[in-house]
Amino acid sequence: MNIMGVLGKLAGESGFASFVLTEGGWKNLVMILIAFVLLYLGIVKKFEPLLLCGIAFGCLLSNLSYFIEMGQNAVYHPDIWAEFLKEGGDHYHSYGYIMREAGLLDFFYIGVKAGIYPSLIFMGVGAMTDFGPLLANPKSLLLGAAAQLGVFVAFFGAVLLGFTGPQAASIGIIGGADGPTAIFLTTKLAPELLGPIAIAAYSYMALIPMIQPPIMKLMTNDKMRKVKMVQSREVSKTEKIIFPIVVSTFVILLLPSTAPLIGCLMLGNLFRECGVTDRLSDTAQNALMNIVTIFLATSVGATMVAQNFLNLDTIKIVVLGLIAFAISTVGGLCGGLVMYKTSGGKINPLIGSAGVSAVPMAARVSQDVGRRYNKNNYLLMHAMGPNVAGVIGSAIAAGFLLSVFG
Amino acid sequence: MEDLVNISIPTAAGTALLGYLVVFFGLVLLMCVLLIMGAIGAKKRAKEEAAALAALPVPDQDAPLLKLENTLPKAKGTAGELKLYNTDPKDAAMIMAIVADSLGKPLNELRFISIREVTDDEV
Repeated sequence: MNIMGVLGKLAGESGFASFVLTEGGWKNLVMILIAFVLLYLGIVKKFEPLLLCGIAFGCLLSNLSYFIEMGQNAVYHPDIWAEFLKEGGDHYHSYGYIMREAGLLDFFYIGVKAGIYPSLIFMGVGAMTDFGPLLANPKSLLLGAAAQLGVFVAFFGAVLLGFTGPQAASIGIIGGADGPTAIFLTTKLAPELLGPIAIAAYSYMALIPMIQPPIMKLMTNDKMRKVKMVQSREVSKTEKIIFPIVVSTFVILLLPSTAPLIGCLMLGNLFRECGVTDRLSDTAQNALMNIVTIFLATSVGATMVAQNFLNLDTIKIVVLGLIAFAISTVGGLCGGLVMYKTSGGKINPLIGSAGVSAVPMAARVSQDVGRRYNKNNYLLMHAMGPNVAGVIGSAIAAGFLLSVFG
Repeated sequence: MEDLVNISIPTAAGTALLGYLVVFFGLVLLMCVLLIMGAIGAKKRAKEEAAALAALPVPDQDAPLLKLENTLPKAKGTAGELKLYNTDPKDAAMIMAIVADSLGKPLNELRFISIREVTDDEV
């Protein structure tokens, strides 16, 4: 046995050598540094840690193991997914081909590609969410609708910047501030952009406490921020049980493409409210949600391979995502201001910004900003109405874009 | 049908506007349904409350007013009855005011269930 030959082969195949010897190997090094930064933000700064840690580690794994020309040992293979998506190719939409060639994270990614994980996450969200504040004040739905403004403005902006229609739709949905919806739509319309879109969506969701307050201050005055809202009415158990059935029926009949998201969201909520499926509700909220989060986060992170991620489009997506978030906040606040005027000053316009989905972070921001101006003001439950309305609103926006571009 | 992949700017503007309107339409429709649901629920609750009131025994005209008050349904927004054990009502009022002050919350947003004097033996 030629020991030197074996050692030479091992050295040549190592990732260290690949950084220098393979085409674009240095880009992997940059992505590894980005993964470290994301890990730092998740662990130390606690920015959406449940997702960011998995995404960052998936990114780290794929960039440690996948180099062009040397991809055989990789845990994620962008080239086989490119084959999978190549219309007219030998392996177009062939899961058999994926199973034959796949690495570990390719297997996880099948759940993303098939749209399974976002829907299951929505089931968990439904099981965790109390829609009572929305039922107590159904007008909150208007704020949830108004706050989808950023989705469509960013969509238009992306078209102006040269993205295709389906790509622009996927970028626009970042403004819905809803990670699973953004992933769901992007895997259907522009899977090649999944990495940057998922990162932009989750990063900005984590940064809501920094993005929203300056806009809230700019659009409201002291008098408006101090408005104390009256306690909402009590919602009966029956109403809470009927709600998921009614929402599923109306929204899915209106836009059938929303069925996976709205259906799972409302099924989870029915488990929670009906009172006879406590075990299922518990599983959807905890075990299932946690398992799916691990698979979703690591496989989405794995799509951030250097060759796909480090380009001008990523920078454009990050900028458009920020604009989408900011404009959605403006849209929600405009809705809040209209309600403030029409109610004769009884509704605090700060609850409008909670319409951007991102449950419950955006509602907490409304509460915090409100309390800064009136220590005895408790806006949280009032803001939860628009907040959960935003979840439904962003799913409808995604359903619309899917039926137009899908 | 126009190419939606290489979408033109006017079509994109039209799509964006239409999309925003569809979101509003969907949520307004849902709002109407929820308002109707709420109204039906409120009507039902009012009916039940009226039936509960009607089922109450007719008060004895000679009986003290306090007895009647105890049998009536509680007022909307009430936090219920406060039980006092070995505590003077004046002291209880002062304790509640102090708790509200130190929590920074208005008294009407707090609910006290009972106040009991702890004797030296129990400490």
